[in-house]
Amino acid sequence: MPVEPPSVPKSPVVAWLVSVFDWLVAIPLQGLAEVGILGRLAWETFLWAIRPPYRVYRLLDAMEFIGVQSIAIVGLTGASVGSVFSLQLVDGFRQFGAENQTGSVIGVALARELAPVFAALMVSARAGSSIATELGSMRVSSQIDALTTMSVSPVQFLVVPRVIAGMLMVPVMALLFNLIGLAGAYAVAVNIDGLDGGVFLEKVRWFVDPTDLGQLAFKAVVFGFTLTLIACRQGFYATGGAEGVGRATNRAVVQSAVAILVLDYVITSTLFVG
Amino acid sequence: MSDQDPIHVRIEDVKKSYDGTEVLRGVTFDIVRGRINVVIGGSGAGKSVLTKQILRLEKPESGRIVVDGVDIVPLDDWKLVPIRKKFGMVFQFGALFDSLTCFDNVAFPLREHTKMSRREIHDRAMQRLTDLNVVKAAPMLPGQISGGMQKRVALARALVLEPEILVYDEPTSGLDPVSSRLVDDLIAETSSKFGVTSLVITHDMASVFKISHFVNMLYKGKIEESCTPDEILKSKNPVVVDFLRASGVKTD
Repeated sequence: MPVEPPSVPKSPVVAWLVSVFDWLVAIPLQGLAEVGILGRLAWETFLWAIRPPYRVYRLLDAMEFIGVQSIAIVGLTGASVGSVFSLQLVDGFRQFGAENQTGSVIGVALARELAPVFAALMVSARAGSSIATELGSMRVSSQIDALTTMSVSPVQFLVVPRVIAGMLMVPVMALLFNLIGLAGAYAVAVNIDGLDGGVFLEKVRWFVDPTDLGQLAFKAVVFGFTLTLIACRQGFYATGGAEGVGRATNRAVVQSAVAILVLDYVITSTLFVG
Repeated sequence: MSDQDPIHVRIEDVKKSYDGTEVLRGVTFDIVRGRINVVIGGSGAGKSVLTKQILRLEKPESGRIVVDGVDIVPLDDWKLVPIRKKFGMVFQFGALFDSLTCFDNVAFPLREHTKMSRREIHDRAMQRLTDLNVVKAAPMLPGQISGGMQKRVALARALVLEPEILVYDEPTSGLDPVSSRLVDDLIAETSSKFGVTSLVITHDMASVFKISHFVNMLYKGKIEESCTPDEILKSKNPVVVDFLRASGVKTD
């Protein structure tokens, strides 16, 4: 029989230090586990996306939900951001007589950063939260198990159309944001601040090139994939009844927002700057 | 092995744990072809976990689940597709799709797995709803009908592809006594009318003695007794005797 070493009683300070250490170790481990779960779901999504049957009607439904139903909120946000940005820029540039550069700065900022990031955040808040709630409710009421018992892959039926729709519709929403943002900026700069409309548009045309729109599209595709995958992951593996679904929805929105902001920096710094 | 084998599903030494807690500790029993097989047991005995293993919604840690001669434990999702088509499942609370009407719920498996025309799908789904006396619910959403009707629609959905094996998870829970007996009649009628093998997971002893051909008592993750309903009344196993007494059943 092995002899157990006598246990040494821990002082409260040591116990507290151990618990803090455990907590500090748990945070990165949880992060790694989350990345692993997302990676596995992404791989399964890819495999099920290329396998028949191809449910086009499910994809169109998801595109309508993620894209068409987000037009109002994305448009409103775009108009607001564009017009406020214009007000601030004209005011700032006037201090050293450079207000004619407003169009160029707004055009570039919207195309490269503001349109893809804001559009993705708005779609995440509206559609991502809804996806997490819907899938979470299906999970806790056994509807996802019911799909499996009917020999229908839940990943193929529920996740694939939403992720593809996100990758297709977030770029459209970002482009819409860009156009409405420019329109809002133009309206404020020309009608309120008295800039010349022709100069404003000429500066936009001169400074915004196809690479900027490519940056917009690339980022929006990545953000669309990320936010729908996170929302699906949170809903798909939700546990703990109504409270668990609420937590899943909350995590979906927070994680999506953080992921979009971090990815924006990573993509910009690695692919488009320097 | 062939379809003539009286044992439709053989469960051998199935084990399952969650976070180090053993829930199934080597479950072994047979599901007899064309008969109503019941698994009884108290809350926490592992009944729902056992159902998930048999349907391969989860993978057991060890053991074998042999369906018509094929061990389904090592199979991946892709290879499980033809096996799962042998099963129909009636979940505890129906698990009907909230966003679809009752008709669309019943038609769903036909749309997914057959090349039937719209007319044929309509006729088959309406026939099943008529068989189960819930045809009025066809245009309604699941949230608009009673729990008893939801179970009937769920049964219609499970039956529509004419499965060989029907699994019922707590079919009478949450129902009043009259509705419970109606569901019992439905299970017995479905078994005899369609000739399906039935596995009923329950702790409703009135149901057990009304419908079952074989009873399996699950206790703390192990099968304590496998016998006929008459035999279980004569059981001397203290676990079985205690359970039956607690359920208000007089034993010999």
